[in-house]
Amino acid sequence: MTTATNREAHITIDDKTPSITIVRDFDAPASAVYRAHTDPELFVQWVGPDSLDSSRIDRWDCRSGGEWRYVSVRDRDEHWFRGCFHEIRPDELIVQTFTYEPMADSVSLGRFTFEDLPGGRCRLTATSLVDSFEARDAFVASGMELGVQEGFRKLDRLLVR
Amino acid sequence: MAADAMVTVFSALADETRLDIVTRLAEGDATLSELAEHYDMSIQAVSKHLSVLEDAGVVSRRREAQRRPVRLEAEIFDLMTRWIERYRQSVEARYRRLDQLLTQLDDQTPDHNEGETT
Repeated sequence: MTTATNREAHITIDDKTPSITIVRDFDAPASAVYRAHTDPELFVQWVGPDSLDSSRIDRWDCRSGGEWRYVSVRDRDEHWFRGCFHEIRPDELIVQTFTYEPMADSVSLGRFTFEDLPGGRCRLTATSLVDSFEARDAFVASGMELGVQEGFRKLDRLLVR
Repeated sequence: MAADAMVTVFSALADETRLDIVTRLAEGDATLSELAEHYDMSIQAVSKHLSVLEDAGVVSRRREAQRRPVRLEAEIFDLMTRWIERYRQSVEARYRRLDQLLTQLDDQTPDHNEGETT
């Protein structure tokens, strides 16, 4: 793994496991970036693609074994997501599951690590592991969180034409 | 590449065997029989998968003296690179919002007491 600065998000697509790894440095300490991931009021302010209108938290029990659920709204359509906080280690690590409720059989496993860097900066490494290469590639191809679902829906529409 | 062409590529790749074939071809050209060795199915079945990939413009088959190697179209590499870049841009946009938020957090709590989270 490179130690160069990652001022912009750096993406790695693994060819051995169906995963995506994002590395991004922040001009803030690990504790602050961790807080932005775990404090629900902060989380809704930055989650999701730019095209979202808003997100709202329904359940948020941020401890090992707790659960979360939120809705993202785009063009008045509600998209519900939920999962479990599997393991939480303050300022260091979040391991959680992530699912889009209409397709709850499909679960991705997210691993977020927060590392302090010199100068009050920190590095976030976020890995998402999904259950097939197809799902992973569709996720990337669609370019956003809602992507897998949107991609398949678009594909469905085109296939019935 | 037009959106409908992308969808054709997308559905051609939405199959485990075909995706595996593409992965193998990314390492180098191969003939039908060379590819078929890796799969527990008939040569005809592998050939059908290749036809789907060929129709979607993902691979092409050239005629050479004795063999007829299958090759991955360069454009497909390009497409994947573009998909990754577009995804990267959406991730970056999200993290720029987080950058903004972190600046505000900093203003609210000028005294950053490290490790004070419990």
